[in-house]
Amino acid sequence: MQKTGPSGQTRVRIEKGVRILFFAIASASIVTLSLIVVFLFMEGLPIFGKVSLQDFIFGRYWYPTYEPPDFGIFPLIIASLSVTLVASLISIPLGVMTALYLAEIASSRLREIVKPIVELLAALPSVVIGFFGMVVVAPFLQETFNLATGLNLFNASLMLAFMSVPTICSISEDAIFSVPKELKEASLALGATHWETIWRVIVPASISGISTAVILGMSRAVGETMVVLMVAGGAAMIPTSIFDPVRPLPASIAAEMAEAPFRGDHYYALFATGIVLFGFTLLFNLVADHVSNKYRQVGAATL
Amino acid sequence: MRKDLDMADDVSLTEAVHRPGALSSDGGHRGNGPNIGSGLRGRRKAFQSLMFTLFRVAAAVNGIALLIIVTFLFAKGYSAITWTFLTQPPMDSMTRGGILPCIVGTICLSLGAIVVALPIGVASAIYLCEYARPGRMLRLIRLAINNLAGVPSVVFGLFGLAFFVIYLQMGVSILAGSLTLGALTLPVIIGSAEEAMRAVPDTYREASLGLGATKWQTIYRVVLPAALPGILTGAILGISRAAGETAPIMFTAAVFFTPSLPRSVFDEIMALPYHIYVLATAGTEIEKTRHLQFGTALVLIVLVLGLNLVAILYRAHLRRKRMG
Repeated sequence: MQKTGPSGQTRVRIEKGVRILFFAIASASIVTLSLIVVFLFMEGLPIFGKVSLQDFIFGRYWYPTYEPPDFGIFPLIIASLSVTLVASLISIPLGVMTALYLAEIASSRLREIVKPIVELLAALPSVVIGFFGMVVVAPFLQETFNLATGLNLFNASLMLAFMSVPTICSISEDAIFSVPKELKEASLALGATHWETIWRVIVPASISGISTAVILGMSRAVGETMVVLMVAGGAAMIPTSIFDPVRPLPASIAAEMAEAPFRGDHYYALFATGIVLFGFTLLFNLVADHVSNKYRQVGAATL
Repeated sequence: MRKDLDMADDVSLTEAVHRPGALSSDGGHRGNGPNIGSGLRGRRKAFQSLMFTLFRVAAAVNGIALLIIVTFLFAKGYSAITWTFLTQPPMDSMTRGGILPCIVGTICLSLGAIVVALPIGVASAIYLCEYARPGRMLRLIRLAINNLAGVPSVVFGLFGLAFFVIYLQMGVSILAGSLTLGALTLPVIIGSAEEAMRAVPDTYREASLGLGATKWQTIYRVVLPAALPGILTGAILGISRAAGETAPIMFTAAVFFTPSLPRSVFDEIMALPYHIYVLATAGTEIEKTRHLQFGTALVLIVLVLGLNLVAILYRAHLRRKRMG
């Protein structure tokens, strides 16, 4: 220190200051996430003075504007889960197969074309997809299957599937791509076909990444708002068929917040619904984080 | 780099797959013994081509979906796009006129979001990439970023309403909407900025440090300039993401109608995505305003996909330059 003189000391001090400054700014994500939690709870918890937690979560009737009102979000939870489930039945095979195509089969020229297509699909604004579902898919479904309404669980799931495919595809592709080349070559050298190598070696080796991708894709579907708001039909009932109209959690929040009297019971109930929704996505993300950290493929030896 | 690897893969695979002689299919796969007939080999090959066709179909489905949505909106929205539509406010309770206030509003909101998110995002990336050492704190920050990226857009809306609009008393305003959208785009910016900075070779840093520069001088003069194109790409993607979001601005910034263009950041505002939603779902004139809805949707996707296309092409250009 002495050799560098006063200017050296200033430099060291500046360095330290810069370091602390960047650390402070990097904490912004933690602060924002904490603020989200704090304010959701602050505005949501008062409802539990009126309704018990159990009645709120498992109550079968959501009639927030009736007198007396019913604040049971069970049908909304079921709607969210069923929409996500049906969507993932479509998006998981589609996303993983596209990822395998990109990472294993496509020539580099074709990949230069297909990858941007998937990225553009991810970039489509949700309101546009919702609009498309309303004006094109809904009338088509209504006519083809002779339904009362084309705005239903199936339509919403279909639209959501196309929104989560890019998430599933791009994360899976990274995982598949990072499988060590030796594994693949060893399998081919043993006489396995390319397909057998993919199925028996590459997919098992990248399964943690693929699982992470699937979970994050489902998390995206659970939280997606505009599509379910415009396309799911909006009936707060437990669906009995995939062509029933439903009202998932985000749709309920988005549709009713504007009319809910400020800091009335309905307003608190919607924030509490937000807490439940946030809880779902937090759970999905923590599981994804856990899976990707714990079962990460390190080198060729751990297979 | 990645491309090179691929080519190597392609060659070895092509050899392996297309020259059956090179592989011994009789090599006792699954212990079936040496007498696997050519029938079984044929079946394995046939199964492979069946599966690969399926993969190709899956990839094609994505392209077809995008193509259908985009062509449909172009075909239906094209006729609505006139000079009046782009430069006039709505008239006759939204059934005629244009969408100028929505275009202005969306530009304000997405630029506002990037003004918030870019400095914070790049600074966070600098910390993560250059300063942070592996440990509990780093893991916590990464966890927060990942979870922030997963927060549903409507929850951002609730947060913006409770925190910016009510608690900080900003009201329903451009400011509140921009801050909310900024929080939403932050993970996008951090991710792309970090990727861009990690792509800067360590030799650059070592050379600068070796010449006697401090760490901060190295970051500011060497790493950031080298990473700038990648960071810009991320910023473009962030803007397009913010421009397309609806749920976060529903309670924080957007309204059905404003009589004039915004004059300050505390004004409420009209926005393209919210305009589409309102016209398509509310009111009694849904059928009558259909062409306006298509027109607005077309303007929005041209804006969003255009920005994305610019980012994608720019990135491809950078990659080529780095390799060449």
